Amino acid sequence: MKPAPFAYERPRDLTTALSMLAAGSGSAKIIAGGQSLGPMLNLRLVQPELIVDISGLAELKSAEISGGELVLGALVTHADIEDGRAADVTRGAMRGVAANIAYRAVRNRGTIGGSLSHADPAADWISALAALGARVTLRSLAGVRAMPVETFVVGALESALHTGEIVEAVHVPTRSASAHWGYAKSCRKTGEFAHAIGAVLIDPAAASARIVIGAIDTTPIVITDAGELFGGRVTADYKPRFDVRVADALLAKAGIDDAAQRHIHVSVLRRAVQEAAA
Amino acid sequence: MKEKVGVRNEREFPSGKSGQGVGARLPRKEDERLMRGRGQYVADIRLAGLQDIAFVRSPLAHARIRGIHVPERHRGSVFTAADLDGIKPIRAVSGLPGFKISEQPVLATGKVRQVGELVAMCLAPTRAEAEDIAASVTLDLEELPAVYDMLKAREPGSALVHDHWGDNVFLETNFEVDISAALGAPIKVTREISTARQCMSPLEGRGVVATFDRRLDQLTLHSAAQMPHITRSGLAECLGMEEGQIRVISPDVGGGFGHKGILLPEEVCLSWLTMRRGHPVRWIEDRREHLVASSNCREHHYRITVYADRDGTLRGIDCEATVDSGAYSSYPFSACLEAAQVASILPGPYKMPAYRCRTFSVATNKCPILPYRGVARTGVCFALELMLDLVAAEAGLEPGEVRLRNLVRPEQMPFDNITRKHFDSGDYPEAMRRALAAIDIDAIRAKQGRGEADGRRLGVGVSIYCEQAAHGTSVYSGWGIPMVPGHEQASARLTPDGGLELRVGVHSHGQGMETTLAQVAHEILGVDVAKIRIILGDTAMTPYSTGTWGSRSMVMAGGAVATACRELGERARRIGAKLLQHDPASVVLQNGEVRGVNGSVSLKAIAHTWYRRPQDLPADVDPGGLEVTQGYKPVRDSGTFSYAAHAAVVAVDPDLGEVEILDYVIVEDGGVLVNPLVVDGQIYGGLAQGIGTALYEEMPFDASGQPLATTLADYLLPGPTEVPAARLDHMETPSPYTQFGVKGIGEGGAIAPPAAIANAVNDALRPLGVELMQSPITPHRIVAAVLAARAAERSAA
Repeated sequence: MKPAPFAYERPRDLTTALSMLAAGSGSAKIIAGGQSLGPMLNLRLVQPELIVDISGLAELKSAEISGGELVLGALVTHADIEDGRAADVTRGAMRGVAANIAYRAVRNRGTIGGSLSHADPAADWISALAALGARVTLRSLAGVRAMPVETFVVGALESALHTGEIVEAVHVPTRSASAHWGYAKSCRKTGEFAHAIGAVLIDPAAASARIVIGAIDTTPIVITDAGELFGGRVTADYKPRFDVRVADALLAKAGIDDAAQRHIHVSVLRRAVQEAAA
Repeated sequence: MKEKVGVRNEREFPSGKSGQGVGARLPRKEDERLMRGRGQYVADIRLAGLQDIAFVRSPLAHARIRGIHVPERHRGSVFTAADLDGIKPIRAVSGLPGFKISEQPVLATGKVRQVGELVAMCLAPTRAEAEDIAASVTLDLEELPAVYDMLKAREPGSALVHDHWGDNVFLETNFEVDISAALGAPIKVTREISTARQCMSPLEGRGVVATFDRRLDQLTLHSAAQMPHITRSGLAECLGMEEGQIRVISPDVGGGFGHKGILLPEEVCLSWLTMRRGHPVRWIEDRREHLVASSNCREHHYRITVYADRDGTLRGIDCEATVDSGAYSSYPFSACLEAAQVASILPGPYKMPAYRCRTFSVATNKCPILPYRGVARTGVCFALELMLDLVAAEAGLEPGEVRLRNLVRPEQMPFDNITRKHFDSGDYPEAMRRALAAIDIDAIRAKQGRGEADGRRLGVGVSIYCEQAAHGTSVYSGWGIPMVPGHEQASARLTPDGGLELRVGVHSHGQGMETTLAQVAHEILGVDVAKIRIILGDTAMTPYSTGTWGSRSMVMAGGAVATACRELGERARRIGAKLLQHDPASVVLQNGEVRGVNGSVSLKAIAHTWYRRPQDLPADVDPGGLEVTQGYKPVRDSGTFSYAAHAAVVAVDPDLGEVEILDYVIVEDGGVLVNPLVVDGQIYGGLAQGIGTALYEEMPFDASGQPLATTLADYLLPGPTEVPAARLDHMETPSPYTQFGVKGIGEGGAIAPPAAIANAVNDALRPLGVELMQSPITPHRIVAAVLAARAAERSAA
């Protein structure tokens, strides 16, 4: 369990980093916290020729509120969010998610940009941020583009990143005062990856609901207009109206054949709904 | 934690007031080193010229080797079976009739029979470079059908692991005491029960540093090993060397659990290589190698019928047990110890008039099954204790009541059970009664009736077992395996400054023996525990021993230390009498001094005189000196029987399949406890492993024989938040056969938890019509069973 040989660079500014990635033409890998890439290197599951360590890029460490949204640099760590060092527009929703990611040692080093880029279906941010309606901005030498988190994750361990591109920031919209947030997951043990995640952002006042079923084998199921899960409309009494059959059908449609697995996912989602609060 | 309510037996030891002897709750001496990160493990050893090894391992479970291709640039750094001139395969033969012999080549020849089997050895200055070389070696393998399911492997027409056997059965055994007597019983419950394949997972894996000393003409093998003397014998057999040409040093060892009692092909390979190359070589097992290739255990299957009367009285047990032994018979315990033991230990501490058990040790294309803490007992306890709960349900009785009705009673001790196991002492019903009281069974039942506010279901479960420990010659000679324990030896030496050195052939890898053996010596000689050094883990410095396994070390090495110290004390007493100018008959050794009517002389002064001022000794002094080696066996060597009743309360979420352990009680009787603090630690550690067996740990295989849990992300071990603060209670019924009445307790903690927890989960879910008969009890298995029960209810309605 030792990595295959690779070259290592630690650029001091984003442009240099992007140039290195471009020059690496696909055989370069970015490392930030290294909490996923480290083990994958040691297991030789990835064997890049070049590792670009971006942990020295000050540009990616900022966290600021701008124009009604929170812009988190890709290098903000889970612990920054857990400890309240990063600004927040979600009224604690992100802080609660961060506090339950893996173990503290992982949270100290693991970054929000790294977690999204790695696109592990069982990780927390790809589900939580999709439910919160977040977007990511991606930068390369050619410029910047932005997209919703649910579009960014295209498959298990597969993101929309092009060669030479990097997640620059996460943009999280301000959670309205009337929006209820619920997040539940089931893990075999403390700190393990979840085997079921349910994330809900339900705003009865606006009659809107975003629902995410995560930790399935592929991309999370993201329902941005989730009225169908509550009998066709989102109202103040949405909790008793939650329809497990619709959720089960969504999972079946996503290719989950195992009834027990679907039942656990639906139960976790139901818990997120029942525990959702303003 | 509740106050300990165990009653100490009314015995007084001479050292009772010093607070350091038998029974003292001393913190472990070795923790000063180990807890500060100053331990010295195999991977810490640095030798000049050391090079690293990585192995090319088989990616397939079963295949014929057509070729091994080494790139030109790495020739000379890669070694295969063709290079191993004169090296014999590992053979662990059992003398039981019908046992089929496997030969485990140290590097594969002809066929590979498990994923992870060693095919080639790659040498480089660092492990990373050695892995680069290993990655460059390509194997030309012709894949064969994998034997991956032990039950299918028994069927005719199955692919064969060892072609010349004709079937896949290492050994079949049959034991019967007139089962026909049970057949008319009013209660008859039949089930299939199974336990998953697990990995032992000590914190430290295996590791080897081998070097050769030309001056001494001696191979030195540093290995994380529990049984260094046995490792030496096995190495000598495989390498064709004299035992005196081999020194095995086992430094600090980070947990063994049976995994480190096995002779590894890696040990043989590196021994050969260091002699061939003339420089030290090292291999440190990584976690993937550990999981995939070398540390599997526990995979049992039972078809079992229990017969009982309406009042819960056992009428008999009929069982067919199958154990997946993997591809090879491992040295020295063999491929059949586990399964064949099932037949003799299944009845446990219960009385019954009829019994039949047939066992199969089955070869498969998996890594050899090794004896893991508790060995066959964890599976046996799981099977029988789950069945007794079903008997209780059928009879409409409390599970505890069924146990109390059938457990051997204290007035029957010593007791020979139906398989002729000789129980030395104990009060099993009292342990069960205390566990039921401590868990407050009545309160739990009342609470269950009211239901849980959060939708989870409460359950309570109990289990009880016996742990045969330190069983010796009379037991093991019957197995006919390469290792039979005889008298255990210890050496005791007073140093010129009055310190005490003890040399023992057992090893300590978490058991705290540097403290507990010192306590035993202190009990006899009165030397301050701080001045007693325990020397272990080195064949050149310790007397021969089969080592640390089978919960034997305190009984055997403790007994040997006591015996050696008594002889040493006697010699010192006689010298002391001379120095005091007393008749030897009139002086006694007490609290580290030889005392006569007119004065006393300390052991320190006696030692100083003997070594440094012999001119002060009279001419007729006994010339034996202050260093002795003595052998020891208990009065009876059929083993001590320690036991414990476990009780668990769980909350089960039937929709998520999550199990939370709310309360856990252990009432344990390990005979006289040399150090209750150390025993507590042993029990907590065993409990953690038992919880792993119950709820988390599983090494699944696919139909091509591929192990599927290849990292600790997939192979789940319980962590701090999964292990509850158990409440312990000690009883101390002395063994009549051992020094001080001690019994072995090393494994017990890991035996009972799977049964107690499974019974608790089943108790919680029984009203839903759910029954789980397979470990580990995972969320998926619970939810699948709940859904199946709901579907069955719907179709019935």
